[in-house]
Amino acid sequence: MTEKLIFEHSRPGRAAAAQVPAEAPTIDDLPAAMRRDTPLGLPEVSELDVVRHYTRLSQANFSIDTHFYPLGSCTMKYNPRACNTLASLPGFLNRHPLAPASHGQGYMACLYELQEMLKTVTGMAGVSLTPMAGAQGEFAGVAMIKAYHEARGDTERTEILVPDAAHGTNPATAVMCGCKVVEIPTDSDGDVDVDALAEKIGPKTAGIMLTNPSTLGVFEQDILTISKMIHETGGLLYYDGANLNAILGKVRPGDMGFDVIHMNLHKTFSTPHGGGGPGSGAVGVSKRLLDFMPIPVVGCSGGGDDPRYHWLDETDVPHSIGRLSAFMGNAGVLLRAYVYARLLGREGMQRVSEFATLNSNYLMTRLKSAGFDLAFPDRRASHEFIVTLKRQKAELDVSATDFAKRLLDYGYHAPTIYFPLLVPECFLIEPTETESRETLDGFVEAMVAIWNEAKNDTATLTEAPVTLPVRRLDEVTAAKNLDLKHDAAAQDTRSVA
Amino acid sequence: MPFIPHTEDDIKQMLATIGAGSIDELFSEIDTSLRDVDISAVPTRASEQAITRLMQARAQRDSGGLCFIGAGAYEHHVPAAVWEITTRGEFYSAYTPYQPEASQGTLQVVYEYQSMMTGLTGMDVANASLYDGASALAEAVLMAVRANRKSKSARILMPESVHPFYRQVAHNICANQQIVFETIPAEATSGRIDRDALAAWADEDVTALVIPQPNFFGVLEDVDALTDWAQNHDALAIGVVNPLSLALLKAPGQWGHGEGVDIVVGEGQPLGAPMAGGGPYFGILCCRKKHVRQMPGRVVGRTTDLDGRDGYVLTLQPREQHIRRSKATSNICTNQGLLVTAATIHMSLLGATGLENVASTCAATTRDLVSRLTAIDGVERVHDAVFFHECALRVPGRAQDVLEALAARDIFGGVDLGRFYEGMDDCVLVCATETKTGEDLQAYADALTDVLTESSEAA
Repeated sequence: MTEKLIFEHSRPGRAAAAQVPAEAPTIDDLPAAMRRDTPLGLPEVSELDVVRHYTRLSQANFSIDTHFYPLGSCTMKYNPRACNTLASLPGFLNRHPLAPASHGQGYMACLYELQEMLKTVTGMAGVSLTPMAGAQGEFAGVAMIKAYHEARGDTERTEILVPDAAHGTNPATAVMCGCKVVEIPTDSDGDVDVDALAEKIGPKTAGIMLTNPSTLGVFEQDILTISKMIHETGGLLYYDGANLNAILGKVRPGDMGFDVIHMNLHKTFSTPHGGGGPGSGAVGVSKRLLDFMPIPVVGCSGGGDDPRYHWLDETDVPHSIGRLSAFMGNAGVLLRAYVYARLLGREGMQRVSEFATLNSNYLMTRLKSAGFDLAFPDRRASHEFIVTLKRQKAELDVSATDFAKRLLDYGYHAPTIYFPLLVPECFLIEPTETESRETLDGFVEAMVAIWNEAKNDTATLTEAPVTLPVRRLDEVTAAKNLDLKHDAAAQDTRSVA
Repeated sequence: MPFIPHTEDDIKQMLATIGAGSIDELFSEIDTSLRDVDISAVPTRASEQAITRLMQARAQRDSGGLCFIGAGAYEHHVPAAVWEITTRGEFYSAYTPYQPEASQGTLQVVYEYQSMMTGLTGMDVANASLYDGASALAEAVLMAVRANRKSKSARILMPESVHPFYRQVAHNICANQQIVFETIPAEATSGRIDRDALAAWADEDVTALVIPQPNFFGVLEDVDALTDWAQNHDALAIGVVNPLSLALLKAPGQWGHGEGVDIVVGEGQPLGAPMAGGGPYFGILCCRKKHVRQMPGRVVGRTTDLDGRDGYVLTLQPREQHIRRSKATSNICTNQGLLVTAATIHMSLLGATGLENVASTCAATTRDLVSRLTAIDGVERVHDAVFFHECALRVPGRAQDVLEALAARDIFGGVDLGRFYEGMDDCVLVCATETKTGEDLQAYADALTDVLTESSEAA
């Protein structure tokens, strides 16, 4: 079932000749010392070889289009086809980023309207679309917090508070921004431990990074108290938008008191995950951070029937943390988010969080009834929830990983199992709003069936998967004997051997 | 309900299972004062047909114009098969390969990509890509500071011939890391790094020297001498390259007389990504094997499964944020997976010969354009050094005015260098790729002749 490497399809002299200029003109003025004299190492293959090889490789993937993909914290919802089709219109694809604004009014209109919609739906005063992924949005957010304090001469504020349940990007980002990370414990209900928080805040507090609903799948019940505490001590609040899908159109980070947020447009606004990117991490800010936003931002003058769009730069955003990408972030992704937002409209945005929450609570209830243990049994689910397989591990010696691998055999992508670190043998499950009741029921049946298999013969789980192109892979050896590229010489040796 | 499959009956049954009276009740843990939101400023929903008409009209509005702008984003022909396959749902709607057994497609593509990039650059290791060329340079700087243990200064020598936006991004991302950027000026006549200015740092502790090839002016630097300089001064050498140019030019792994540069970064856009108003593109990052554990971003390795078959996994994850948290090499977690998929398919289709033909056609076409434009009175080359496929030209009058007049004739004549460099208000950076025909070049030359004639008559 495994597919050879493209290099192994290569035959000397074969080519996809329709794709390239037929001739290579000689460049006389290029000195010999600057010229390349080593092979490029690219395969020599026909167009059909290429099409068949990569089509086959695509078929070795699970994806939203082919499988239920309840990967917690990743919001794997359906990516409407229209978004890709319309963002790929030639007028958009062929526009150079430095082409004059007079020849980009259509594109800029979309971006401006997207900024406005995101402002409204999050309750923020300004939006900058340029960060290229959630992690870069986080970077922009913390950099703005730091710049804000520094602009006020408040240079002692260097501590960023991060709950111990937070995504790893939060502490990594705080450090990249030159801040010290202060960890805050979580209480038994999954909320931030407010008493512990009170002890850690003070004159060094630059801000707090919160995900709400949290990474534990529950809404932070004390958010208004926390917000008040942080602001009173002189710090700012950062909203990690990883879980925005849970509250879209229902509750707004701005109303909770957040000063800066990032949104993962590849989650909440359904732009493609693309096998790991491109993401898109737009940021929203409260009034006090408007002058610190990353550039470029789209401005609008004229209005009414004759709006004119222009780029805002350093002169318009005087304390801007500056440019974070060569041009305009993941520009084409923003168009996809725009189309999605327009297709939803305000009613549709509210329905996103309502049905994501309905699906999540339904799936949680059904798994609980089937005998599975919930990490937070007394809480409502948000758009996601956590099952802990601690008991199965103790009684049957099968791990969350074993359950996950067996689910693949049943045709379901596994939930998130490596995170959050606080819950042992966890399954962080996020069904999203675009899945039907039958799909959720099927998932419950598979979970029950796998549990029964474990009771009969644990090997069914520990040896899974058995139906995929490969069985379990040796990650330890992969890290020890690094093989990070195809070696043409080694291939020759292999074929001889 | 768009994209929501629930029937009225589903909703009723599901609420009954949960034991809730309404969907709103599921939000009961949220303070009621937070739950009354007004989002009426968001427009009501548009049908697919309506939004299609709107987007077509807007795309149409942005269409047209003959583009001679380069400066970090280049118009190239992308074979039809590239995005046909890349946007297959199995690639488009998959995520990070956390379950490798269910993600072999994506993982093998990245492994093939890494193999192609190391081949192209002559380096040992490539990561699975970063966001774009500019942020890749920022990550390379942070990486160099970690990797160069002989240096204590965190001093980076940054030539002004590096793309101005890349320099800004590197500065902004490294702003809070006590990294010192020292600017090395370019020679006015050649457009290359000023070697005397560089020599002034000979006795100082230098962490890394950034070497652009080609540089922002399109000019080719003396990369051998610069790489040797870095190595002789215990500084790491960071190459910033256009990957397409490597089909013609010496690979960074061979620069200088030692073992080549330490780190190579670049903008991957010329390898199959449309210009698309600035993104999504992807950042290339390759390095020497000895630096691999300081490398940011994802990397895929080959291993075997329980039955001994080859398979692919994410590896070296202990460098990354989800394990190391505050001690990670970077906060990055995604790569630009879809763009890497496109680039891998693109490079497979072109092959070595195709890539060489495209690169040399670009170089020849720009030479043709330059000779047509410099035949016009008052238009001349700014620099005398050899270039790849971009060239700075001096024009009579202000570059900005000339470019605006050309744009009014639907010709995007290049980039106004005065926007970035003092004393270059009359300089335009032009680029002509393989997409431009002789007629296109002549259309530019004719339009420029008209524009300059009109402006001299007006004066």
